[in-house]
Amino acid sequence: MTALLTTTDLAMRFPGRRGFVDVVRGIPRPVVRALDGVSLDVRPGETLGIVGESGCGKSTLARCLVGLHRPNAGAVRYQGTDIATLRGGARQAFHRQVQMVFQDPYGSLNPLMSVGAILAEALAVHRVVPPADIPRRVQDLLDRVHLPAAAATRYPHEFSGGQRQRIGIARALAVEPKIIVADEPVSALDVSVQAQIINLLQELQASLGLTLVFITHDLRLVRHLTHRVAVMYLGRIVELGPTEEVFATARHPYTQALLRAVPHLIPGQRRRDVAVRGELPSPLAPPPGCAFHPRCHLAQPACSAAVPALGLREGSWPVACLQADRAIIHSSAVAANTPSV
Amino acid sequence: MTDLLAVRDLTVTFRTRHGAVHAVDGVSFSVRRGEVLGLVGESGSGKSVSLRAVTRLLPAFASVSGRVAWQGEDVLTMPPERLRRLRGGQIGMVFQEPMSALNPVLPIGLQITESLVAHTDLDARARRARALDLLDLVGIAAGPTRLAQFPHEFSGGMRQRAMIAIALAANPALLLADEPTTALDVTIQDQILRLLRGLVDELGMALVLVTHDLGVIAETCDRVAVMYAGRLCESGEVGALFARPRHAYTAALLQAMPGEGTRDRKLLTIPGQAPRLDAPAAGCAFAPRCTLARPICASGRPALLQVAPEQFSACHAAAELAA
Repeated sequence: MTALLTTTDLAMRFPGRRGFVDVVRGIPRPVVRALDGVSLDVRPGETLGIVGESGCGKSTLARCLVGLHRPNAGAVRYQGTDIATLRGGARQAFHRQVQMVFQDPYGSLNPLMSVGAILAEALAVHRVVPPADIPRRVQDLLDRVHLPAAAATRYPHEFSGGQRQRIGIARALAVEPKIIVADEPVSALDVSVQAQIINLLQELQASLGLTLVFITHDLRLVRHLTHRVAVMYLGRIVELGPTEEVFATARHPYTQALLRAVPHLIPGQRRRDVAVRGELPSPLAPPPGCAFHPRCHLAQPACSAAVPALGLREGSWPVACLQADRAIIHSSAVAANTPSV
Repeated sequence: MTDLLAVRDLTVTFRTRHGAVHAVDGVSFSVRRGEVLGLVGESGSGKSVSLRAVTRLLPAFASVSGRVAWQGEDVLTMPPERLRRLRGGQIGMVFQEPMSALNPVLPIGLQITESLVAHTDLDARARRARALDLLDLVGIAAGPTRLAQFPHEFSGGMRQRAMIAIALAANPALLLADEPTTALDVTIQDQILRLLRGLVDELGMALVLVTHDLGVIAETCDRVAVMYAGRLCESGEVGALFARPRHAYTAALLQAMPGEGTRDRKLLTIPGQAPRLDAPAAGCAFAPRCTLARPICASGRPALLQVAPEQFSACHAAAELAA
């Protein structure tokens, strides 16, 4: 299966802040490595989950995928073409095919435009339909995301969080994209409303054949929604595999820790020990070698010497851990008294 | 067994320019010695306001009625001096945002000893020793260095640990925690929840944990009270309530949660959205969204009735849900 969207060795650095004293002393500006050598592919029709804790680079990756950030190194290719080389009409065509849905639907909708105008703008800019057909298409879109026809004449502030997210999705759908990259689309919503949006995304995927890239910190959602999952830690992918299999037998100690840390919905299966010790290291000063080694119970001297590459390592999906074979054995030993998510 | 804290018919109304907002509407619950009670609900359900009303931490435009009894003593009519000794003394508090709850210009050590000055007779030397013990208790290493540091030098998880240390300073019998892990990453949340649970077991104190996450409840609490639109839907022992919810809202909420085994089906959705709080429903607040609603649900407000030995529900469909 050929990939629709691929990234190769993507790196994204942001300048950090430094205080006045550091400026005077001539101390160089610190650099945050938000992404460091990220390679993955998005396959047609799949839902790819990208999961990790704050600062792992998942949102930066999402923005690189849709072309909102220009990476410092590496490339994002859409159907084989480096998107950095796209100009004019070709670039517009790319944006039409790869759309984004943001976490905060209020911050990403123009408060001065009615919902109908927001959707019509997307339709007009990309000349999706002839101008005369725009009003009818707006109604179709609202219907698709289960909003009443009357929504077109109202403004974003008149809607609840869940409804606003539907508007955000309708706007992304307006240009008939192949891929939707959704960055924490339900994190701001309550559980009862979250389920509506998740079902809507699945329904749209089935009816339109959409490819979804779903960025989240919520492992329960990853398990429910995605076909494959990429687990990120401090700017790198540490494990990338089929969701069900990764949840059943995670191979990276960090993935295992994440899965253990999710609160289970079945009472009476409590652990006393913590899932993983320590805290996330600062992205300004990542630890040498594997960034997870200071927190890892399996760490060996080799782990702090060099960054482990993402490779198959005698398994059926790639993992970036020198101890992957030991990690599995260890994990099955503790699995006996640990329930799954 | 006597209740440590008994809340009866608590009602909180905010008087605003746009009219009255009924944030908490006749809520009753109790906390027993040494137990962990979870208060769970979605945004606007009144869980945080209820918690704040218990220690009278609400602004002046909130009118509070009902009864809050601390070991039999009425908190709502308590004189200010007595209330000051209760807050931070016998009742400790932990908030969601440690960065805004901690004073940014004072070192952590001073913020811990401040509480010791207010609530204990310890001298300066003993206070420092106690502060170091407290840091150790909440899992902050390198105590002497940490005492001199400021909140911005702490990570999010460490700040929450420092908040807990301050709350524990006067050896409270009850800790009130308002979404203590909501702002934290999942591996740090796990550490803080286990710390809190460990402290409850070790120190024998009681804990009220406010959260919107049913998973956090299942992992941490002994009993749970479910709130919706300012009202209490259901309360009971966690195992029984999760296994057999007896309120239509709780049942729907549990089925709307994604997780293991939901992959091959659609999530159950709850249609519509939470009601506005300016005009309380005559009947059940959940009725407009409820798939089990019947005519009486729109007109008659269901009373909180005992439905099982350790379970109370305010739902006209409680019997149907038992089947």
